[in-house]
Amino acid sequence: MAALSAHFTLPLRAFELELALAVESTVALVGPSGAGKTSVLRAIAGLVRPSSGRVALGDDVWFDAENGVSRPPEERRVGLVFQEYALFPHLSVRKNVAYAGGDRPDEYLERFRISHLADARPDELSGGERQRVALARALARNPDVLLLDEPFSALDAHTKSTVRAEVHELLGEFGLPTLIVTHDYEDASALAEEVGVIVDGKLRQLGTPQELVSRPSDEFVASFTGANLLRGSARREGDRLTRVELDTGESLFSTDVAEGVVGVVVYPWEVAVGRARVDDSALNVVSGEVGSVVEVGNRVRVRIGPLTAEVTASSAERLELARGGVAFATFKATGTRLVPLDGRGRPSATDP
Amino acid sequence: MGESARRGLFGIALFVASLLTFAFLALPLVAIFVHVPPGDLVAQLSNPVVTDALIVSLKTNLIAQVFILVLGTPTAYLLATRRFRGRALLVTLVELPLVLPPAVAGIGLLAAFGRFGLLGGTLRGLGITIPFTQTAVVFAVAFVASPLYIRQAIAAFEAVDANLVAASRTLGVGPAGTFFRVVLPLASGGLLAGEALSFARGLGEFGATIMFAGSLQRVTQTLPLAIYAEFDVDFDVTLAISAVLIVISGALLLSLKLATSWQPSRLTSRSRSELLSWS
Repeated sequence: MAALSAHFTLPLRAFELELALAVESTVALVGPSGAGKTSVLRAIAGLVRPSSGRVALGDDVWFDAENGVSRPPEERRVGLVFQEYALFPHLSVRKNVAYAGGDRPDEYLERFRISHLADARPDELSGGERQRVALARALARNPDVLLLDEPFSALDAHTKSTVRAEVHELLGEFGLPTLIVTHDYEDASALAEEVGVIVDGKLRQLGTPQELVSRPSDEFVASFTGANLLRGSARREGDRLTRVELDTGESLFSTDVAEGVVGVVVYPWEVAVGRARVDDSALNVVSGEVGSVVEVGNRVRVRIGPLTAEVTASSAERLELARGGVAFATFKATGTRLVPLDGRGRPSATDP
Repeated sequence: MGESARRGLFGIALFVASLLTFAFLALPLVAIFVHVPPGDLVAQLSNPVVTDALIVSLKTNLIAQVFILVLGTPTAYLLATRRFRGRALLVTLVELPLVLPPAVAGIGLLAAFGRFGLLGGTLRGLGITIPFTQTAVVFAVAFVASPLYIRQAIAAFEAVDANLVAASRTLGVGPAGTFFRVVLPLASGGLLAGEALSFARGLGEFGATIMFAGSLQRVTQTLPLAIYAEFDVDFDVTLAISAVLIVISGALLLSLKLATSWQPSRLTSRSRSELLSWS
């Protein structure tokens, strides 16, 4: 399967989209709304024309500004699944899937388990069903690359987890180079081998989900991947330790090396929670009022002062965590990362 | 005055105003049918003045509407989907006949296609005469009635979700195929509404026609012109023709309402509200 390579610049209203990507298996672009994610897909599909750059699938050049090549969308073999699915409202499910004239639409109806909906119109379908129709329609076109625009944003939380598992399975089955854009890091890391964080049209970091979590390049990437971010001023303390004085006056320790204004990154699953101060190997203790207790699957996310911690449901029950009580959050110095602050303030899309 | 009293007064005001409006609009229509007993009406329909005018009206209007549809639809699609310099000016040009006095339209047509008009010499060289022929009626009707269709068609095309067009293109269908398979079916309700209004307007055309085409029985005398011609001759005939026009126009509007109430489930929500705003 040929890989998709795309590097281009595209002037948007507020900023310029500038991107270089190679998509061999599954890549997800994550970023807040308005980061230019959808425009990336539209440029690759040929729906907008970049001002410079090149888009190619293997040796097949779709766009090349230098040589004046710009193939229209119908001549690029892309399967684009739109955010709101863009199903043709005047056509039945079968006619939607058969629209591209691909061979054997009924096979796709069956494969996507929508045969029983073949004669229904899109406005009679549920969100999950619509998404399956949109995927079936895009894939029935026999594309060489699959582009998914916010595949789960139109679904409710309950449907979403099921659909995400289905889509994951399908992506594996078809084995197409796939580019997904989403504002949800969890969706991205669940589906993609590589995740890129995009802000204001620029790629901040591209790596495996593990890389992004273990070595976030900046505060934005860190908070977008779900980390806690505390600001402070760093000072070396001995050989292997950095002390960070937080804006609140408290001090934290990190094994990362840094000086000056930094962000302390700690992931919720690195934070332990107790009702009393414990003297153990964890150097960092933050105490505070319990702000919220939210169940997420079999885990519970607890907000303690400025931190979010993730504990098992049984621990939460044992500790009798409830809003308003005081709790202690502890984490090791080795569980923290120090990242530069870019001075733009903490991105808003990051609170868990 | 108390709040409830004020509310009551407001309700009464609405009611009275509406009643006056309905009465004012309905009275002339009712009067025509009161003046001509149904039996006389049917008898008058076999009057050659009436039948000739009916034939001329239907023939010229059908031809004019074919031209409006065939040329107006692509024009509207272009104006709806392309953004270019001078677009607003062209839209205004398309809408202008709507507000122009029909007499001005008639003079304009004469000045363009008349014997001594702008294209008069050229046409004469080709052996073509337009003024005071049935072609002139078609011209007058097309000039005056086309804006109603084109305006509504632009709105209908603009209401088609651009993502559906984009989806069609990424599914391998070119611009022309996309137009016929996605845009046209989705805009059809709005196009139909515009066409019905344009047809109704064309049937009633008077001013431009009488100036540019004259009022020759069997050739250029349409139903409205026949009313004017018979006005001094036989008032009963004018009443009969008026009744015929009311029935045709009413039927057109009514079928438009019915057509649009069947359409909605097949339309996107935006173009649906577009249509409902007509009814």
